[in-house]
Amino acid sequence: MAERGAVPNVPKARQRALHAVRSLFTPLLPDDYLELINPLWSTQELRGRIERIEQETPDAVTVLIRPGYEWGGHRPGQYLRIGVVVDGVHHWRAYSLTTDPGRPDGLIGITPKLVDAGKVSPFLVHKARPGDIVRLGGVEGTFVLPDPAPPRLLFISAGSGITPIMSMLRSLDRDGALEDVVHLHSSRTADGVIFGEQLDELDQRRPGYRPHIRITGEAGRVTPPDLDHLCPDWRERQAFVSGPGEMLDALVGHWRTEGDLELLAMERFQPVIGGDAAAGEGGTVRFLSSEIEAECGVGTPILVAGEEAGAELPFGCRMGICHTCIGKLCKGEVRDLRTGEVHGQKGEMVRTCVNAPEGDVAIAL
Amino acid sequence: MQSLYEKGSKRQMSTTATPPIDTQVQSPLAHLSEAQLAELAGEFDAIRDRVMNELGDRDRRYIESMIEMQRRLAVLGRILLLASRNRAGWWAGTSALSAAKILENMEIGHNTMHGQWDWMNDPRIHSSTWDWDTASTAEAWKHSHNFVHHTYTNIRGKDKDLGYEIMRIDPAQKWNPVYLAQPVYNLILMALFEWGVALHDLDFEAIRKGRKPMHQVKRELKGIAGKAKDQVVKDYIAWPLVSALAATAVDVVVETRRQRKQPRGLLGRVKRRRQSRWAPVVEAALNSGGKTFRATAKADATANIVRNVWAYAIIFCGHFPDQTYTFSQKEVEDESRGGWYVRQLTGSANIEGGPIFHIASGNLGYQVEHHLFPDMPSSRYAEIAPQVKDICERYGLPYNSGPFSQQLGMVQRTILRLALPGGKPRPKPGPYRG
Repeated sequence: MAERGAVPNVPKARQRALHAVRSLFTPLLPDDYLELINPLWSTQELRGRIERIEQETPDAVTVLIRPGYEWGGHRPGQYLRIGVVVDGVHHWRAYSLTTDPGRPDGLIGITPKLVDAGKVSPFLVHKARPGDIVRLGGVEGTFVLPDPAPPRLLFISAGSGITPIMSMLRSLDRDGALEDVVHLHSSRTADGVIFGEQLDELDQRRPGYRPHIRITGEAGRVTPPDLDHLCPDWRERQAFVSGPGEMLDALVGHWRTEGDLELLAMERFQPVIGGDAAAGEGGTVRFLSSEIEAECGVGTPILVAGEEAGAELPFGCRMGICHTCIGKLCKGEVRDLRTGEVHGQKGEMVRTCVNAPEGDVAIAL
Repeated sequence: MQSLYEKGSKRQMSTTATPPIDTQVQSPLAHLSEAQLAELAGEFDAIRDRVMNELGDRDRRYIESMIEMQRRLAVLGRILLLASRNRAGWWAGTSALSAAKILENMEIGHNTMHGQWDWMNDPRIHSSTWDWDTASTAEAWKHSHNFVHHTYTNIRGKDKDLGYEIMRIDPAQKWNPVYLAQPVYNLILMALFEWGVALHDLDFEAIRKGRKPMHQVKRELKGIAGKAKDQVVKDYIAWPLVSALAATAVDVVVETRRQRKQPRGLLGRVKRRRQSRWAPVVEAALNSGGKTFRATAKADATANIVRNVWAYAIIFCGHFPDQTYTFSQKEVEDESRGGWYVRQLTGSANIEGGPIFHIASGNLGYQVEHHLFPDMPSSRYAEIAPQVKDICERYGLPYNSGPFSQQLGMVQRTILRLALPGGKPRPKPGPYRG
């Protein structure tokens, strides 16, 4: 089963009023009836209504969504989990927010690019219509602009990797902080450049913004040595890079040998799990529904160990994004394999795909 | 094939001595070889796979529209019952509320808790999160119904729904003097069905034999008590109070206006001084408030009983009409998947009716299809029924079905007859012939 949306920021008075009349509606909630009037009124989960869909390229659109309750805000560069119904089935996906937090109309936007073999992106690109209701999950991600923004910036993006960077550019533009920014963007074709027009417009309006768009189908890929003539002072700039894994790996290598790795931040759309494999102690996981016990080696996610021990466990993205795999932690602590952080309060919902046990744990799955 | 059944039936009819009970009825499986059973299992699996692969937007719209209709009906009923002291208001409100409760129990609650809509992956409409407006807790019911009843369907001594441990509805069940009272408690069960089901879920046999730990029994009793409290507060306190307040408010307004219209001037002032101006207002309010409170409580009780009687009738017609077979534990030893399908098929009976009947009965008029595929969305049963019949015809198996009145009549006859000792299995219809 998929998770619910995030808990919305509901005014206290309304919460109290709904709580007071709930015995009239048991086993349902007053919300279940209010939803008949407007699905956005649910206080149980945050939902949004698609307000507009703008075509960006032949196979990418920007979906602008009005959240039901006051939006908790995001930092430029973060991603949002969003739940949609495709062919009757509920799916969750994570997309970078491409709008900036300061938008006066309060809309939030994501910019999915069509993945032919996918489920959700074909729906959002071709079938979704204004008025459709979507579920909104939490905002996550550590690929964010520091506050205040560093004075000299370098953005390197490729393909749909531009999406988190667009939110950063818009935010810098709104704050008047787009003073010394170099942006290298690669796209296979000229008409496939997502946000091409917006980048041109920024270029004309903000002298401090210097985009360089490379059409790789014609001019070949940007390689790390190209940096020396495209942006000679790249070593001194705070760099944000977002794109396919190969490009990121090449750039990390380059920064490690030639530059300062401290100045490089990046967004992988396929996070590497278990990166710090030597950390932690592992442990035994007991799955309470099946009563299966699994030995979990150092750096092995609970999900993987459970599956190997024969437990049937829910899973989704297997990269810590979709929350399909969550289970209630009943005993012990877990280590987040992405950050190394050890956490775990009794009753906490933990993602089994990115957490390893730290000692003995029990989980209600 | 027919001759085989006739021989079977004739033998039952003519046997007067007490033969070993297991051989009284020719097993519907007897004429099928293991290979045929395997082939039949493949055919049923194929029906299931075809439907499950095809589920999509249309099915989602169906259950969402059912849920929406049910909630609208409930709101309509509650609003009409604000005027429950009025005869027409009472009848209209009670009807709408009864319909809402029936829909909630049968087509929505029963089927959602079977997991029929789990494929939608929707946290709101899911067997693990759904709860219903009856006395059974979702957890206990899912165990006793989804697991015990649907796995061991019609196996004597294993399927606890075969007479619900308090009734003798199969001649092979041993008689005991308590059953003399079953015609009476049958009627009580009919009216209080949801409470009967809730207690049945506790599984008294397991408690008696110590197979169920006391802490679990306590937890389940607490669950029932919680559901009971919720229903009592909602139907017999909160909504009657809301109706009473609404009626009182209306009367206070009406009476106050009437007072204002009383003659002014000297004569009027003298008249008014004799009695308090507010006395009639208070009196009207108390009078109408109390009356409306009682009327709404009565309407809610009626709606609960209507739902109980309806659920009882549909559910008793599912496995207890004459056409259905029961099985000894020996007969089902080492049962193959094909054997399981045949047991579900022959142990259940359908009820014939129109589309509205089928929605109101939660599509349990397609009890046969439901037992073959308990987690297939109910809205698909009508569509696969011809395919099931076709299999029955080709494999020489019965397809049990009949009109509602006939099926219910058979069930009641059995309950009356088997209250007394003895009794023989009723004749079976034989293979389906189109």
